[in-house]
Formats: sequence, C-alpha cells, structure tokens
Amino acid sequence: MNSVSHPKTKLSISRHLKILAITLMIVLLLLPFIALLPWAFSKSWYFPDLIPEHFSLRGWRAVLAPRSRLIEGLINSTLIAGVVALVSTAIGLFTGRALGIHKFRGKRTIELLLLAPVIFPTIAVAMGIQVTFIRLGLANTLPGVMLVHLVPTIPYVSLVMGGVFANYDVQFEDQARVLGSGPFRTLFRITVPMVKAGLIVAGLFAFILSWSEFMLTQLIGGGSVITLPLLLFTFVRSDIQMAATLAIIYLLPAIAVLGLTARYMTEDSSAVGGIGVV
Amino acid sequence: MRVALLLTPALSLIIILFIGGIVLAIMQSVGYLPMIGKTDFSLDAYRNILLDHRFRMSLGLSLYISFVSTAISTVLAVACGLLIRSVIRGKKSLAFIFQLNLSVPHIVGAVAILLLLSQSGLLSRAAYALGLISVPSDFPVLTGDYWAFGVIAQYVWKEVPFIGIVVLAVLTGPTKDFEAAARSLGASPWQTFRRVTLPILTPAVLATSIIVFAFTFGYFEVPFILGRRFPEVLPVLAYRAFTNPDLGLRSEALALNVVLVFVVTNLIIAYRFVIHKYIR
Repeated sequence: MNSVSHPKTKLSISRHLKILAITLMIVLLLLPFIALLPWAFSKSWYFPDLIPEHFSLRGWRAVLAPRSRLIEGLINSTLIAGVVALVSTAIGLFTGRALGIHKFRGKRTIELLLLAPVIFPTIAVAMGIQVTFIRLGLANTLPGVMLVHLVPTIPYVSLVMGGVFANYDVQFEDQARVLGSGPFRTLFRITVPMVKAGLIVAGLFAFILSWSEFMLTQLIGGGSVITLPLLLFTFVRSDIQMAATLAIIYLLPAIAVLGLTARYMTEDSSAVGGIGVV
Repeated sequence: MRVALLLTPALSLIIILFIGGIVLAIMQSVGYLPMIGKTDFSLDAYRNILLDHRFRMSLGLSLYISFVSTAISTVLAVACGLLIRSVIRGKKSLAFIFQLNLSVPHIVGAVAILLLLSQSGLLSRAAYALGLISVPSDFPVLTGDYWAFGVIAQYVWKEVPFIGIVVLAVLTGPTKDFEAAARSLGASPWQTFRRVTLPILTPAVLATSIIVFAFTFGYFEVPFILGRRFPEVLPVLAYRAFTNPDLGLRSEALALNVVLVFVVTNLIIAYRFVIHKYIR
C-alpha cells in the first residue's frame, strides 16, 4: 500500500510546485503593466496608496491637448511604420525568394551580411551616417527617417520570407507560364497569393520594429520628426501621468500586431515570432 | 543573374546605409570631419577615451549589465520553456501570455519597470502596506542604482520570452522522443535533462543568447531611463558626447561607437564558431 501512496504524494507535491511556478511566472510577466496602468487613470497617486484615491482622466486630457503634440507623433509614427512595412515587405519578397529557392556561391556570406544589422548596434549606424544625411538633405525629413528604418527591418523580412520560400513549390509558376501567363500576372496571381501569410507576418514585424525605433528617429529626424517614442522619452522626465497614458496608447498597436501575427503563424514558425523585437 | 537581381534591393540598402554608416563612423573616429574643417588622420580620439577612466568604467558597466542580463535570461528562459511545455490544459493561453511582452517596445517596458521598482513605486507601496517600510527612502534603491538592478530587471523581463520562444520551438521537435528513449533506458529525470534535453537546446539557445548579449550591449533607451548618471553604459556615454555642443567631442563619440562595433564583431565570430561547431 505504502509503495502506491508514496509516488502519489510526490506527484501531488510536484503538481503544486508547478502551479506555483506558473503563477509566479505570470505575475512577474504582468507586474510591470499593473504598476503602469493606474497612473493613466489617477488624479494624484501619492505614496503610500496602493490604489489611487481618485479616478481621473487628467493624463488623457493632458496627452490629447494640442500642445502635447500627440496627434503629430501618432501621424508620424503610423506613416513611417506603414511605409516602412510596405517597402520592407516588397524587398523581403525578392530577398526571400533568392535565399529560399536558389542555391548560389557566397550565399552564407550574403545571409550573414543581411542579418548583421540585427546584432550590430543601431546607434553606431545612426551616428555614423547622420552628417551625410544632413548634407544630402535627408536629415530632419520623413523620407530620411523611413529610409534608415529599413536597416533594422530588412534582416527580419528577409528571414521570414526566406523561411516561407524554403517551403515553396516553384512548379505552380511553371504551370501558369505554360498556360500562357506573363511574368507580372504570374507574380500577382500565383506567387503573392501563395506566400500571402508570410508577407503579412513580415509586414507586421517590420511595422513593429519601425514603431519601436527610437535612436534612428532621434538622430536622423533631428527633432523635426516627432514620433511617439520621442514624446514618451520627454514625458518620462517631465510628467509621469502623461508618460503612463502615452505608454498605453503606444502599446496598443504593438499588442494588436502580436494578436494578428499569432493568427497567421503556424506553430513551427513561431520561433521567428520571438525575433520580432529583441 | 536572376538571383543578383532579386538580391539587389536588400543588398544595396544594407551596403549603403548599414556598412556605409559603420565605415563613416570609423572615418569620423579617426579624424575625418570635413564639417568642422578637420580631415587629418589622427588616433587622438582613441587615445583620449582609452586614457579616460570614465570610459573604462562605462565599458565595465556595459559588459557587466549585458553578461548578467543574458545569463539570468537564458537560465530562466530554459526553465520557463520546460515549464510551459509540461502544461497540458491551457497551454495555448499560457504561451500567449508568455509572448505578450515580445512586441512591447523597450521604452514602455522601461517606464513600467520604473513605476514598479522606484522608491515610490508599486513594490515600495506594497512593502508599506505589509508594514515592512514606513517611508519611501526605507525601500532599497532599485532604479538608478549601483548594481543596475532596474536595467537588468527590464532586460530579463523582455528577453526571457525572446529566448523562451526559441526554447519552446526546439522542444516541439523530436526532442520528446529522445527523452522518452532515455527514460525507458533507465535515465533519471535529471540525467535525461542533463544528457538529452540540454545538448539539444544548446546550439539554438546559445546563438539566441549571443544576440541578446550584443543587443543589450549596444542599447541606449533602457539604461538611459533606468540607469545611473555615473558611470553610464557605453551607448549613453557616446550619445552624450555626440549631442554635446562642442563638436570637438565628435571623434570621441564615434570612437566609442567603434568600440561597440568591435566588441560586437568579436561576438559574431563567436556566434559563427558556435553555429559551425554544433549545427554543421
């Protein structure tokens, strides 16, 4: 009897430990958000109140007031991330095809070159290129900022699309061509529909990377191109209520993108999801 | 030919903007600064920073933060990955919560950690409610502190899911069959983990950890918000020198960036070594 009940208690202890560990993990992951949220909805939240005494929308009013430049930041951030996502996805379509389907000499070197911006600090690129961008008139402009944002996005779209094209069957295109379809028709009626899910995931990654980018915008935008992270940086030092409120606004599209990505991603490609934002 | 055409857009952008940016950084660090009328080659910037004790303290701090953050994140990520895999019911929702902060911008994470760990933050208030402290200054200094606790906490919070996703992806492969084989041959759970699971995880996890190390080493925003004023990490030191109105400091700012690039280059060599040793 004893020998039967013994493993049972042991099992139940390990079960309890497991539940404890999972609870601890969830709490630690969510705790920073719990510390952030009340600030956006409180009037004043003084130590030692654990819960704000008065509910208030002061933070929202302050952030939405014209002098906070929220609308400008929101428009710029959306515009930059949107264009960067579209352009990078188009680039990724070509790069992914080359890397996923074709075998050629020097492929590993090219892969390494394309992935290098992931691992090298963007700050060095931003500081190195700034003077040249000023001379070319690209600094302090939206197109200039969009252009440098391609540096961090290209590696990810190449990686995602390379993976997609590695499982791609070129024969469908051959059949279309045999049946008389031209190259453009083949591209838009066969290739793009077949890799659509990959293109969406790549586009969402590029959007998030551009949306989160601070240093490249700060140095190339030169203070003329204001985006949400730049505003958030100012608010952290000046008004924590506004910072918390803006942080929530800034966070929502990122969470939405994660939800969307999850829909388009199969389980084995979820590893790529992690690389989305280091 | 076709391949060259397909690769042209990505390669030309990376070569012009990325390689170009780094080459320009190196040129400016050795004195090529036509905008302030200097074009003579000189290694003064490097001599200045190498003789400056602030640089050595910054380099030490940066290496310390990246090393500790990466080590803790890696261990916790493997633990979390194994834990999530062992769950049967609610696995999908758990994996989603685990991935939640992957897409959270680092600045938001830094602000949230600040509001959690500062002396008037949520944890400090909780400590008061429990009767552990009576004034904010009783609470340990966890942000802007000597040990860079806040910075490391933010990196660990962000990077555990990043490495964890890789762990989960590797674990969904044929790993389970190998583990079952080991168990049926009489290996204990610990032996199975040590001799089967860990060796399978090592290449991918090590490669991801190197990316995390390099990333945290060159990152600016988190230590800027959560770190001390002195000493500062290398990217913050470089940023202050770069934005200083004194353009004479430009070369030194760029030299600091070249040091960052140099350290990361060595990491990539290590990365390639790891890939070669384990994956091929």
